[in-house]
Amino acid sequence: MQVTLKVFRYNPDVDKKWHYETYNLDVEETERILDLLELVKGHYDGSLSFRRSCAHGVCGSDAMRINGRNMLACKTLVRDVGDKITVEPLLGLKVMKDLIVDMEPFFDNYKKVLPYFINDSPLPADGKERLQSPEERARFDDTTKCILCAACTTSCPSFWGSDDYLGPAALVTAHRFIFDSRDEAASERLKIISETSGVARCHTVYNCTMACPRDIQITKAIGELKMATLTGKVD
Amino acid sequence: MANVHEFDVVVVGAGGSGLMAGLYASRGAKTAVISKLYPTRSHTGAAQGGISAAFGNTEEDHPEWHTYDSVKGSDYLGDQDAIEFMCNEAIDAVLELEHMGLPFDRTPEGRILQRNFGGHTNNVTGKPVRRACHAADRTGHMILQTLYQQCLKNKVNFFDEYQVLDFLVVNGKAAGVVAVELATGELHTFHAKAVIFATGGHGRVFEVTSNAYAYTGDGAAILLRRGLPLEDMEFFQFHPTGIYKLGILITEGVRGEGGVLVNGKGERFMPKYAPNVKDLASRDVVSRAIYTEIREGRGVNGQNYVYLDSRPESIIKYAAEDGRTNSDGSPYTITAEELLKKLPDIVDFNRVYLGIDPMTQMMPIQPTAHYTMGGIPTNKFGEVVIDDKNTVFPGLYAAGECACVSVHGANRLGTNSLLDLIVFGKHAGLRAAEYARQADFQKLPDDPTAEARAQFDGLRSGSGKENVFDISREMKKVMFEDVGIYRNEKGMKSAIEKIAEWKERFKHVRITDTGRVFNTELLNAWELGNMLEISDVIAECALNRKESRGGHSREDFQKRDDVNWLKHTLAWKKNGKIEIGYKPVVITKYQPKERVY
Ligand SMILES: Cc1cc2nc3c(=O)[nH]c(=O)nc-3n(C[C@H](O)[C@H](O)[C@H](O)COP(=O)(O)OP(=O)(O)OC[C@H]3O[C@@H](n4cnc5c(N)ncnc54)[C@H](O)[C@@H]3O)c2cc1C
Ligand code: SF4
Ligand code: FES
Repeated sequence: MQVTLKVFRYNPDVDKKWHYETYNLDVEETERILDLLELVKGHYDGSLSFRRSCAHGVCGSDAMRINGRNMLACKTLVRDVGDKITVEPLLGLKVMKDLIVDMEPFFDNYKKVLPYFINDSPLPADGKERLQSPEERARFDDTTKCILCAACTTSCPSFWGSDDYLGPAALVTAHRFIFDSRDEAASERLKIISETSGVARCHTVYNCTMACPRDIQITKAIGELKMATLTGKVD
Repeated sequence: MANVHEFDVVVVGAGGSGLMAGLYASRGAKTAVISKLYPTRSHTGAAQGGISAAFGNTEEDHPEWHTYDSVKGSDYLGDQDAIEFMCNEAIDAVLELEHMGLPFDRTPEGRILQRNFGGHTNNVTGKPVRRACHAADRTGHMILQTLYQQCLKNKVNFFDEYQVLDFLVVNGKAAGVVAVELATGELHTFHAKAVIFATGGHGRVFEVTSNAYAYTGDGAAILLRRGLPLEDMEFFQFHPTGIYKLGILITEGVRGEGGVLVNGKGERFMPKYAPNVKDLASRDVVSRAIYTEIREGRGVNGQNYVYLDSRPESIIKYAAEDGRTNSDGSPYTITAEELLKKLPDIVDFNRVYLGIDPMTQMMPIQPTAHYTMGGIPTNKFGEVVIDDKNTVFPGLYAAGECACVSVHGANRLGTNSLLDLIVFGKHAGLRAAEYARQADFQKLPDDPTAEARAQFDGLRSGSGKENVFDISREMKKVMFEDVGIYRNEKGMKSAIEKIAEWKERFKHVRITDTGRVFNTELLNAWELGNMLEISDVIAECALNRKESRGGHSREDFQKRDDVNWLKHTLAWKKNGKIEIGYKPVVITKYQPKERVY
């Protein structure tokens, strides 16, 4: 089928200002938006730049705005978006070139929530695994799925307002550890997310949940965190 | 000199093996981890099914069984000392991951839950054994996240989005690497005592593949250019179940949970090819079975695909046929809900890319290029070895899919790669740090970035009459067809001629992007150069090996030939030509015998 693909372009070494380029392409409706970008890069303009690796929605490289919504280019098919397609970089992070944004502020926020397992107690005497029941394991399953693609955080008006807001992705990571029965640093993390840059900035807009390509119930997770910061209890 | 950094140990690559190496090396030496992708984008994150360890949490199992299964799976080309070492370390390796917080799925008793996988068996009964430890169908994702998180906790130095282009050798020893910073286009020299390559595989040389765009064989190609050999490059694994045309992987875990393969006539065909373990035979066996069905006209609608049936009612029916039981001896059953919990991502891939629901519809699948068994030769400590006597190259290490220890031989068993990353990543890290403590820095060459610049300059100054994309597409197609699952002399000779032509044409490529910031066009072109080198080595080694073994199936030499070919291939690039040598296989306990599944 014939589609028009309109792409945000900006090459700081060449362009004074950003602009859009439009490409008319003949493609299959089952092709990924990523395939279209590769096609443009291969045959129309080699300089078009974007990040990608896995090409099937598990590495988190290619979150971008497709027809105004944050999606992974490799997990969005032509038939999902129709024949007029506009592709733009994520909002709220500095554009470095074309569809590539500066991810550093995003990862900096991630690093603030102690994004690692903490348990300094001695290992079980038999040297084996720390026991965890299937129910305890299920408690935080949803938030283990995060691939750090930033689709959520960059869809959030609070984050656009100021990037010192931790943002949904960092909170998802905090949730993953706080609700893990084996982890021992929940109270420290709760303190971090109770500060002004934390959960209080979430106004339950649900943009993040809508944007998440891993179908993580982000707003629900943040709700559970809010509750935990209020009660001081994790359950 | 601008942009020179000094570290005791530099790790190239931040997937499972690179992070494990970085974690261990940084405990004993000043260490940097350099990666062309953000660490969490590495392909380890795509691994689905599980990591093997003979815990025996739900049924009897032993490291010796794991060892034997891996030796047999390797079609006797794996080095048995290294395999035994890996399988013995497996339990502690997986426990270490759990202690780092990895959220494995759990048994009712709270222990790590395990599932069946191809080629893993109870050595007494010959029946499949549950050895694959998993976190739903995103085990690799959890390994990658957990290791990255532990590296952050331990303050490992990262250079994210730096692509390594060259390895520096001075006085026959490692001296460092040269990398380009993607965001600025600037070249950096990393002066180091020890260098660990952990750059992953090269499945992108094939048209239909489960591998990431980043799988372009950079590490192997860099070392080949620097005169080091590559081992067993003819051995590449084609995974039986990739999504038709797209190649996206459908984990063997689906068959582990009871799914079966069905041809166009609606017949389950694996019992014909592997009467004991059927759909859970090793991958080379299953992939060839699928191809045979297709060739003999039993693909679906005459096309190049068959079905993978994971509908709960089918699973229950076939499980009853096979007499499959739960660990308590009751008949095996499964519900759609349970399946969804165990394989959520597989269900998601089907929905997104095919618009089908695997609970009620069958999945169209074909074999997909999946795993690089060959690579940079190492011993079981991750030290790179450079000849038939296993002479160590001072200061150079490799681990993970880019390395060839060899624990996978001619065919890797599922779940053994994640294990390989953890075990050999750790030992490479430990050894490199130990080496760095007693070694001195080699003096850097006067112009360390010269070779890297020359390669880039070449790509910027070609005539421009050739296009990277076209050459790349032709290469992938020919490699998949002529150097793929089935191979013969005619096809491979023609592929080798074409590779030479593409290399010629590659000289006429010119990069249009004149900028420095994220010049992905330049880097993609450079990666194509690596893939052409690698394709050449694969094809030459495959043509040279006149037998069929594991993942290497010759139509013109259909039998395994232990008299002449029970040996590893080593390939060097000398004066523009590939030279081939050999090295013996280490056989300790298990004498080669015919493989029956
Ligand atoms: C879809 C899929 C499913 C799989 N499932 C399983 C499974 O269930 N069980 C199992 O055991 N195995 C599985 N495997 C295999 C296994 O996942 C891989 O072999 C393994 O993860 C490779 O890890 P690695 O550390 O070697 O490389 P990777 O994780 O790929 O990391 C490579 C790293 O090297 C970096 N790099 C590459 N080139 C350069 C360069 N020039 N400069 C700087 N950095 C560079 C990359 O940025 C990356 O960080 C699967 C593989 C695939 C594709
Ligand atoms: S929570 Fe979802 S949208 Fe946000 S970074 Fe993680 S995967 Fe992406
Ligand atoms: S390329 Fe990996 S998520 Fe899209």
